[in-house]
Amino acid sequence: MIEISNLTVRFGGVTPLDGVTLTFEQGTCGLIGPNGAGKSTFFNVLSGFVRPASGSVTAFGEDLLAMAHFNRARWGVRRTFQTEQAIEQLSVFDNVAMIHEHSKLTRASRRADALEAISFVGLEIDPDRKVGTLGAAERRLVEVARAVVGRPRLVLLDEPAAGLPEEETTHMGEVIRRIPEETGALVILVDHDMSLVSACCGVTSVLDFGKLIASGTTAEVLRNENVIRAYLGTELIEDEVTA
Amino acid sequence: MTATTPRNPNVSGDGAREALSLQMRRLDTRARVHMAVVVVLLALCLVLLPSLVSGYYVIALTQVVVYAIVALGLGLLVGRVGLVSLGQAAVLALGSWVAARLLFATALPYPLVLLLSGLITMVLGTLVGLPALRMRGLYLALITLMLAGAITTVLATTNFPNGGHGFLGYNGASVQPPAIRRPSIATSDPAFLRYSIVVAILMFLLVGWHLRSRPGRAWAAIRQSEASALAAGINTTRYKLWAFALASFLAGVAGGLLAGSDKFLYSYDFQTQDSITLLAVVLMGGVYNVWGAVIAALFMQLLPQILNQIGVSPYWLIVLFGVGALQVLTTAPAGIVDQMPKDLARLGRLIIRLVRRPAASQGGAQ
Repeated sequence: MIEISNLTVRFGGVTPLDGVTLTFEQGTCGLIGPNGAGKSTFFNVLSGFVRPASGSVTAFGEDLLAMAHFNRARWGVRRTFQTEQAIEQLSVFDNVAMIHEHSKLTRASRRADALEAISFVGLEIDPDRKVGTLGAAERRLVEVARAVVGRPRLVLLDEPAAGLPEEETTHMGEVIRRIPEETGALVILVDHDMSLVSACCGVTSVLDFGKLIASGTTAEVLRNENVIRAYLGTELIEDEVTA
Repeated sequence: MTATTPRNPNVSGDGAREALSLQMRRLDTRARVHMAVVVVLLALCLVLLPSLVSGYYVIALTQVVVYAIVALGLGLLVGRVGLVSLGQAAVLALGSWVAARLLFATALPYPLVLLLSGLITMVLGTLVGLPALRMRGLYLALITLMLAGAITTVLATTNFPNGGHGFLGYNGASVQPPAIRRPSIATSDPAFLRYSIVVAILMFLLVGWHLRSRPGRAWAAIRQSEASALAAGINTTRYKLWAFALASFLAGVAGGLLAGSDKFLYSYDFQTQDSITLLAVVLMGGVYNVWGAVIAALFMQLLPQILNQIGVSPYWLIVLFGVGALQVLTTAPAGIVDQMPKDLARLGRLIIRLVRRPAASQGGAQ
């Protein structure tokens, strides 16, 4: 369980997160909101890339903000990035095994764990292939394999299906749904694809301009008037900008 | 694996596995051939080269070996970690100062002196690099250039040890200073060249071992994206410092060889701009492949000697290196070591096509 209390982040005059109080219980939780709502900033706080102005984050009873950023992966925070970041120069196997290498786990289980993670995400390719030679969907899956190898406790997925065709998105959704049951980790999914969020997440929270505007079961939240207005509002603004 | 969409329609079932293992075996053969070629070339360099070339080129080639070790370290920083240092030649000067001082002050065996000068330079270079590591890109390059300038200035004031006493070991009144000693098994120039090649091979193996293991993977992650490396649990500061330390260690060992090779060291032989030239040739050689370092060293140390011999001013090389670095940055980021085989293969295909075409057209006429 992750408890976020009164979390505020300020960049100069901008407040990307404004007093957010929120609890993620278990399973796969959705986090949605229009562009600039503060979703990525929220992930960056959990990863340790952004220091909040105030507030606290308690993850499974431990103070997450007190940990150095690189130690959080050791503890069990894993994440994928909006623009996928699997390491091109290294093989699929090394990409995944490297996370294991920098965790508390021992060398003995490394090979088996890495191969298991690769097969968990449904990658049917030679694990010795360089990631640089893979297509977009495969790279995304490598990144997810990196996030689930070993013993993750909190998996942050930042638009893992962005830019993928429908079939690949469906597959990604199936992989994401299986992460909590297979690893026991809490998964937070950020995405703009509402059908993916609906398919994966039992509960969903909505951010808008750094504030939490709704939280509850996904079906409820997607019917919420404030949520619809937040999304429509942005669309109107976007239309004006492009026009 | 209940929900798996076919990822690659060409690869499925046993046939694919067979094709894959065949491919792997072929790759193995290629790697084996590659290895054999490298070993034969090294053996030639080690056994034949020193006795074949004239004394002039023996000295030049020793310098090539020294600079290949330094270039190896710089290539590692630039290519594998993404840290651009403009002070590596100054670290080499620092290394040769340390080695010269040790060689005059102690009777330690030469390999031990090389190791010590590597380690001491590693500590000094890392201390110097410590504040610089908070910066990247242009700022890091600027800071390291300034540090190179500082080292050059300090060395110009202290001078290199020439058998004098005290901490600096410099005696300005000495008219005929003693030469810096060489290892007893390698007192002649060709023998010292062989000795240097062996040390260089060890250094290349050291770097190769690093690249294949944990630090190499961590560096690849840092180079791609520092955020993703942190998210993977990599202590990026520690690994960047490690790369800096390794590059400084290499420069320190190279400095030890340089001291023995030159026998007399003078501060005016070490210029700040050498570091800039070094970066240019390292980029030209190729920073993603350890062999790029050898090409870089040939450019920096052999080419000027050849030009000298045929009566062309080596200053033209500064222009050439400028153009070369520009060309690499714009069209061939992996450098000559990557570009040359491709160009040669293209040339080969072109020749084969030219040879075959008349034959094919004759065959068609019959």
